[in-house]
Amino acid sequence: MSDKKEELIALIRQASDEVTEIANSTPFGVNIKTESLLSVCELLYKNPAAYFDMLSCITGIDNGVEAGTMEVIYHLYSIPLNQSIALKVILPRDNPEVESVSSIWKSANWLEREVCDMFGINFKNHPDLRRILMPADWKGYPLRKDYKHEEYYRNIKIEY
Amino acid sequence: MKQQQYLYKEDNLIDSEPNKFRESELKSEEMIINLGPQHPSTHGVLRLEVLSDGEIIKEVVPHIGYLHRCFEKHAESLPYNQTIPFVDRMDYVAAMNSEHAYAMGVEKMLGISEQIPKRVEYIRVLVAEMNRIASHLIAVGTYGLDLGSFTPFFWIMRDREHILRLLEWASGARMLYNYIWIGGLFYDLPVGFEQRCREFITYFRPKVAELETILIDNKIFINRTANVGVLPLNLAINSGITGPMLRASGLRFDLRRVDGYSVYPELEFEIPIGEGKMGKVGDCWDRTWVRVKEIYESLKIMEQCLAKLEGEHKRTREFDPQALVPKKIRPKAQELYMRAENPKGELGYFFRADGKSDVPFRCKARACSFVNLSILPDLSRGVLIADLIAILGSIDIVLGEVDR
Repeated sequence: MSDKKEELIALIRQASDEVTEIANSTPFGVNIKTESLLSVCELLYKNPAAYFDMLSCITGIDNGVEAGTMEVIYHLYSIPLNQSIALKVILPRDNPEVESVSSIWKSANWLEREVCDMFGINFKNHPDLRRILMPADWKGYPLRKDYKHEEYYRNIKIEY
Repeated sequence: MKQQQYLYKEDNLIDSEPNKFRESELKSEEMIINLGPQHPSTHGVLRLEVLSDGEIIKEVVPHIGYLHRCFEKHAESLPYNQTIPFVDRMDYVAAMNSEHAYAMGVEKMLGISEQIPKRVEYIRVLVAEMNRIASHLIAVGTYGLDLGSFTPFFWIMRDREHILRLLEWASGARMLYNYIWIGGLFYDLPVGFEQRCREFITYFRPKVAELETILIDNKIFINRTANVGVLPLNLAINSGITGPMLRASGLRFDLRRVDGYSVYPELEFEIPIGEGKMGKVGDCWDRTWVRVKEIYESLKIMEQCLAKLEGEHKRTREFDPQALVPKKIRPKAQELYMRAENPKGELGYFFRADGKSDVPFRCKARACSFVNLSILPDLSRGVLIADLIAILGSIDIVLGEVDR
């Protein structure tokens, strides 16, 4: 497994100059630069040594106001080679923006919409970036750490 | 305090969930048909905005989120063990499977997954497979209901009742069990459970064959489903489709085999795939057929588990299924993605623990129904409206899991 890991990291280095491994991550993952996300994904999708044909999951994480960063984690899986990898990009908390990967994997369409809905992260060149789980006129992004729910929604008191 | 009542205003609805297509921009032959959210064949509160040209569908836009209960937000504020009842309520017809996946993920983070007693593992697999059968029965039976055959629905409800009563006997609840705990189980199986399970299997096998005869091999059913909603394999993989849908498209891919979690490597079972017997590979008929075949495989797994539970890993007086349940769950700082095969596909949990608290910093559920539903617009372009219902039913979604 460690050989494979080194190989994959060497492969990703071709498309991105700053590649560092994420500590204590299962499956193993790498931090990459935000600008190089699309080229790394294309490489991992097309290269026969990687062949990540399935995008399983996209996770957004808000690190809070003090850290001032947000993260997006992509969990990729290769069916023929039976290997997994996590890609992580770190975004600034004000105006978080990242390139959409829905041109490579169709499953990214809804998964990115969900991240956008919950965190307000803008996915550039996404075909249809609307709110998906929350109502379209909902204010704020619920999974941000500093989110405070409104007291009223359409004159209905929100009670807990 | 006087209770405030919601006043119906049409504008409110238009603002909160607007249509994607505007009526003023339609061509003269096009029209928008709204299906749901209260419609029996949408299997819950799913709203479909259908742009059609007469009977032919041009575009389908699913509107979801009517059942959103903030699972991820709740999970961020509760200790790991207290999240399990919320996990039940995601896929409420297959709660055991979801619990199993969740418990395995947290155990992996704690590093105790190797220490779990074999008896606990076999009981977990046994109840999870029973729940898988119940879920597939619902999928097949309600699918028949969508297509106009009423009898099979009553039959599957009758047979599912046996499973629910068995699980109620074990856990105390009919659908939302909270039975599989992190590090163990709530209770051991009640005395006599194995015997009753065997009786159920003997009773149930011929009933599945009967279901196959009346529904799957029925000529009307075949005419409605064969060659409808064909999902090619490359599109399925690219769209992240998993579970019976992916297998119906012809790929022998089952996480129980691929990842080999729990005691599945010790068990023998086949992985049925779609063969295109009645039409093309990956049509609606194949998807239903794969589910029925999987019921047989689950029965096989149940039998093997029962043999182990009555043989090697017998019930003893000293055995305590809660022995390994940690008093305090505080995993080291790490990130973990755990996935498992649910009846509907790959259920994944992503955790980030910061090592300092008992609650996860972030817990994300990758729901299989959510990703599987996203294929609907691609599958239903250019089909008839009646076929849209057939396609939607064959995806087998649970809205509790789509919206979380």
